[in-house]
Amino acid sequence: MTTDNTEPAPDLRRVGVVWLVLSVIGVLLVIFALGPHIPPGSATAQAHEQHKANVIISAILTPIAIGLLVYFAYALTVFRQRGDVIEDGPPIHGNSRLQGAWLIGTVTVVLFLAAYGTYALYATESSAAGAGGGQGATLISAAPAGALQVQVVSQQWQFTFRYPQYGGVETTQLALPLNRTVVFHVTSLDVIHSFWAYQLGVKVDAVPGADNVADVTPHKLGTFNVRCAELCGVWHGAMATTGLVLSPSAFSSWIAQQRVKNAPATRHLPPYHSVYYPDPIERAG
Amino acid sequence: MTFNRRIAGIAAGTAAAIVLITWYVMSWVTSFPPTVMAGTTGGVTNVTFQTVPSYGHQPHPDWVSYLVKNTQGQWVHSTVVQVPAHSLVRLTIYQFDTATGLRNPLWSQPRGTVGGTETINGKPVASIDPTLTSHTFAVPDLGVSVALPGVGDNAPNQCSVTPCALSMAHTTITFTIRTGKPGHYRWQCFVPCAAGFPNGFGGPMQTVGWMDGYLNVA
Repeated sequence: MTTDNTEPAPDLRRVGVVWLVLSVIGVLLVIFALGPHIPPGSATAQAHEQHKANVIISAILTPIAIGLLVYFAYALTVFRQRGDVIEDGPPIHGNSRLQGAWLIGTVTVVLFLAAYGTYALYATESSAAGAGGGQGATLISAAPAGALQVQVVSQQWQFTFRYPQYGGVETTQLALPLNRTVVFHVTSLDVIHSFWAYQLGVKVDAVPGADNVADVTPHKLGTFNVRCAELCGVWHGAMATTGLVLSPSAFSSWIAQQRVKNAPATRHLPPYHSVYYPDPIERAG
Repeated sequence: MTFNRRIAGIAAGTAAAIVLITWYVMSWVTSFPPTVMAGTTGGVTNVTFQTVPSYGHQPHPDWVSYLVKNTQGQWVHSTVVQVPAHSLVRLTIYQFDTATGLRNPLWSQPRGTVGGTETINGKPVASIDPTLTSHTFAVPDLGVSVALPGVGDNAPNQCSVTPCALSMAHTTITFTIRTGKPGHYRWQCFVPCAAGFPNGFGGPMQTVGWMDGYLNVA
């Protein structure tokens, strides 16, 4: 163990070399081998930004984790007390160069992550907010004109979806058009849920009386998983569905069919509103 | 305390913990409601439920509940029913409870039923007044949801203790669904009908055997 302020001790040099070699290998593996599999993918601009942020953060954290593990393994093998006699180790004195480097390094990493995280949240490809547009009148960003408004109505234990631009029809299936910005308005009729459209990179709390907003632009046709991400009762684990991203023409056909199919229920729905306080709730306790 | 006594104490404590955990798990497992087999006649499987405003017996006499009729014609306090896969299942529900109202009027329209309808006292309907709904029978994974209208608040001869006789005030709802591949499909009521619980969704609404259960498709 070094007490020298001028020359790195052999132990520190050895640890440093092993750490550097393993870190280079680890970072390359994280970026090129693990990176493509890190969620949530690139089905939307927002998901792509989150994926990129996850890869960058993982790459930054890899040398830190490797440093801790290498030092831990080195200490266990080299500094281990052998024999029956247990003695105190030599006293440790300060190493101002090492301490300074540690302080600067950790502060730099933390500040970089904070700055990058903020950038990733605000500045995406579509100029929409990353994982959420916010709530109420002061949204982080405004969706472009012509965006599709979709209200996510959460209830124990199923999500339903209302399309105010299409006669206020409410459906049990979520379908979205390709390459058109969608504005999710997420609310709840009972307890707190969380609308998590995994591959879209959207996770928004569904709170009774609140209209939480998230913008997203699907770029890939196909399906995506929707789950509740907030423990909401005995059937929370079953509160899931599969969403669809359709071509614009297929979406037009689908929404037209839904308007016809759901007409008997639509006439009973209350006028579209950002939140609902359903009535009657006589037995609601 | 000697070493042996310490070991004995640890062993006794561990054994007691294992016994308690085993007892709790076994109590939970054995308290699960029985599976009622549905009967099939003429190629159609029949399932008959009744919904009651209060069970009337221990352990929860004031809880709202479903009951199911077995093939011997007896009412069983269970919500776990086994039906065949890829088959038509005709459900009859005798509804003895009064209306609470739907929290989401979307469920006022029958969904996932053959023909997209249900019959109420023999009359087919495309939707019902959501404020008159007492309960729903919904199997989300099969896309099934059927609203059950309640009896009038002032209806004479209302049932208070199960099983309720058909001579008491009730509404009869029938509909048919087609089952798919085998599996355990959970079903539930979407009406906040659990009186005295937060949001009307505690107690019987979150307990299999009362207002939710399984449709075991085999």
